[in-house]
Amino acid sequence: MVEKQPIVNELIDLVKMQERVWVRGGGSKPSLSANGGEIQFDLRRLSGLIEYDPGEYTFTAWAGTPIKEIAAVLAEHQQYLPFDPLFIEEGSTLGGTIVANTAGSGRYRYGGVRDFLIGIQFVDGRGELIRGGGKVVKNASGFDLPKFFVGSLGRYGVLVETTWKVFPQPFDYANIQVTYLSAADLQQASFALATSPLEMDVQDWMPQDDRWVLDIRMGGLPDVIPSRLERLTQFLNDHSQPVDFLIGRGPEETAKWRDQNSCRWQPNDTILVKIPLNPQKLTELETIIDRYPRRYTAAGNTAWVAVDTLDHLPRQLDAVGLTGLVLRGDQLDEPIIGRRKGMPLAQRVKRALDPNGVFGEV
Amino acid sequence: MDSIQFYQRLQQIFPDKRCLTRDVDLLPYESDALTAFRAKPAAVVIPENEEEVIAAVKLCYEAGVPFVARGSGTSLSGGSLPIRDGLVIALNRLNRIKHIDPEQRTAVVEPGVINLKITEAVERFGLYYAPDPSSQLICTIGGNVAFNSGGAHCLKYGMTSNHILGLKVVLPDGEVVEFGSSSLEGVGIGPDLIGLFIGSEGLFGIALEITVRLMPRPEVYRTVLAAYRDLETAGNAVAAVVASGLLPGAMEIMDRLALKAAEIAVKAGYPAGAEAVLIVELEGEKQQVEAEFVQLNEVIHASGAYEIQVAQNEAQRAKIWKGRKGAFSSVGRLSPDYVVQDGVVPRSQLGKALAEISRLSDAYGLDVANVFHAGDGNLHPLILYDGRVEGALEHAEKLAGEILRLCIRLGGTITGEHGVGLEKRDYMPELFSESDLEAMVAIRREIDPKMIANRGKKLPQGEAPALSSHGLHPLEKKGVISRE
Repeated sequence: MVEKQPIVNELIDLVKMQERVWVRGGGSKPSLSANGGEIQFDLRRLSGLIEYDPGEYTFTAWAGTPIKEIAAVLAEHQQYLPFDPLFIEEGSTLGGTIVANTAGSGRYRYGGVRDFLIGIQFVDGRGELIRGGGKVVKNASGFDLPKFFVGSLGRYGVLVETTWKVFPQPFDYANIQVTYLSAADLQQASFALATSPLEMDVQDWMPQDDRWVLDIRMGGLPDVIPSRLERLTQFLNDHSQPVDFLIGRGPEETAKWRDQNSCRWQPNDTILVKIPLNPQKLTELETIIDRYPRRYTAAGNTAWVAVDTLDHLPRQLDAVGLTGLVLRGDQLDEPIIGRRKGMPLAQRVKRALDPNGVFGEV
Repeated sequence: MDSIQFYQRLQQIFPDKRCLTRDVDLLPYESDALTAFRAKPAAVVIPENEEEVIAAVKLCYEAGVPFVARGSGTSLSGGSLPIRDGLVIALNRLNRIKHIDPEQRTAVVEPGVINLKITEAVERFGLYYAPDPSSQLICTIGGNVAFNSGGAHCLKYGMTSNHILGLKVVLPDGEVVEFGSSSLEGVGIGPDLIGLFIGSEGLFGIALEITVRLMPRPEVYRTVLAAYRDLETAGNAVAAVVASGLLPGAMEIMDRLALKAAEIAVKAGYPAGAEAVLIVELEGEKQQVEAEFVQLNEVIHASGAYEIQVAQNEAQRAKIWKGRKGAFSSVGRLSPDYVVQDGVVPRSQLGKALAEISRLSDAYGLDVANVFHAGDGNLHPLILYDGRVEGALEHAEKLAGEILRLCIRLGGTITGEHGVGLEKRDYMPELFSESDLEAMVAIRREIDPKMIANRGKKLPQGEAPALSSHGLHPLEKKGVISRE
């Protein structure tokens, strides 16, 4: 492994000397990585696995490591990051995934980036190297800075090293696409599933022509997947009005989710926006975005929409109390749009970690 | 503002019966479940709504009086211990479950709601609140949030922080801030302020309203208990379960001394002559769990266990867990006093850690019982001593400190779920560098410029009350709460 300390020292010097520091990772979410300034530090220089013991369910890697490399090593031991980090094929890095908080379809079952990141080391705005969290899966010492950095957009420090919890990956998967006549019919099914003991790894929703598709992925032991699928089908028939079922298995099923977690459905020349919501607000949000290609992950808790303009969306989201994050397709001074919460607390942390605004404004 | 003015203002906010200042009324609040410490507050107020909490915090800020929020006082690290001459804000009456949304699997609750009450309120929908600290019969969700409480089932579903979606909090200067949401995404966009607040041990203020994530109740459980002739073999069995690709809901180990205590206290029917027992529990959808159980059986049968018990029904499962969950209070039957730590080591270092604890136990001449969450390397050594003997507590604390240092040396941490509190703050400089701690202090100072919120806890500063031995917590003696 190439000795990385000189690169970390270079980063520290940069932060101490510059008034403003721009950092980029894999560039898979260009709206976040290049807004406004010349890049002075390419995080991919800090790349590589530092420590991985499969028996611990943890690994430590440099923040600029492409997740694709990590996923390949984990897969050799039948382990994975269950939240399906986005844009792996496009070169997303561990650090970029943390600060953008980009979890894909797998977020549904075991949680998102915040639920698997357990330790970080970062350079703060004063050029200090700070460690938060640790290398063990259970830890209540210190403030939970790893979680704080999730979604932080690099505005509080530059991540250098990251430690993650991983899980054993299911040995087999199946996909079942269930078509409904309307979003309301689909929601009826989803709400019934919410209080059922049936387990699924993914529950996505998407409009298709004038219908809605409930897209479920189920992982587990191969022997019982057929009977679990049968039971799920029966449950949906009993509790909702599906009009069609389509079951997928094998390599095609795997490829489908790979494409999904790269947002391949996003048309060229559109702007990709992530919008978290309570699915009970779906109807309200739909009136704003129903003319655009879109998909919902985590049982309707996250909307992904490909819009062709941002002229109205910020105001419209604010009006319904929602927040959006622009990920790809446009360069804005501020990629967070719509309603923002918790600012007084975020600003206080900013003053502590980056008092001179080396990493921009909050 | 002098202290007379402070009292006057306090009495304008709270009626006499909810503003306690007489010694006799303050006595029950002088310590928490870490009974070795005591401190007398200036007053205890008992708000009945969030406006009163906010008013009390604002007054403290104005007067520069330190405060600590308190739920049921079950903190094992001295986290809810009063600050001498400060204010205790007792939150037990903010105990309303304000909203349950079964379709979205969330509930909005006040901080004084007891952990288990949430599950009781939602089980009619087939849901439950997952984090299960052993004191869940009595501890409050506000305390769980402050200390990021854990439990036996953290391996698969995480700690408190993984189950909170939204918070409304009052910062130490009285400003009220809301973050997160009722979406499964929680904060979703922007820094994860929920993650930052949870586990801050009261230093960032008081949670007024908490949106919790609920989970569907597992359809079935499969609970296996395996007995071993030595601890190391039991530890190896944990590694074998992990290597097989299974993800159990819980994996727990108890050693000989803990087993002895559990047998005396609750007659759990654990195998005789065991040096260690391992409890493994699978949970989830029936077909999947049954298939996993076949796999688990193979692993356990090949692990060198001399006796294996499988719970055949809910009653047998409850019996296995009763012994485990009651192990700590049971230890009170073996010794008049004990101290417990909750350091964590990487799972692969468990064997080494236990061997070293055994050596330390011999060297100090003190018995140590071990009960631990083996799945996540979270130790719970119980160091037995007799507080009636002068210097015995200090001797036990010294051994406990050596165990914490051992955890740090092996790549772990000083606390998995109890928090740093007052008890472990002096070990923080051994775990974190000077610049790490400076950053924590800087954040704390920005959020609480007067440093009045739970002053003297978590961070290595401030003055500690003198150590003194006071025996077990009365509730612990009755087996209502336990230190794990």
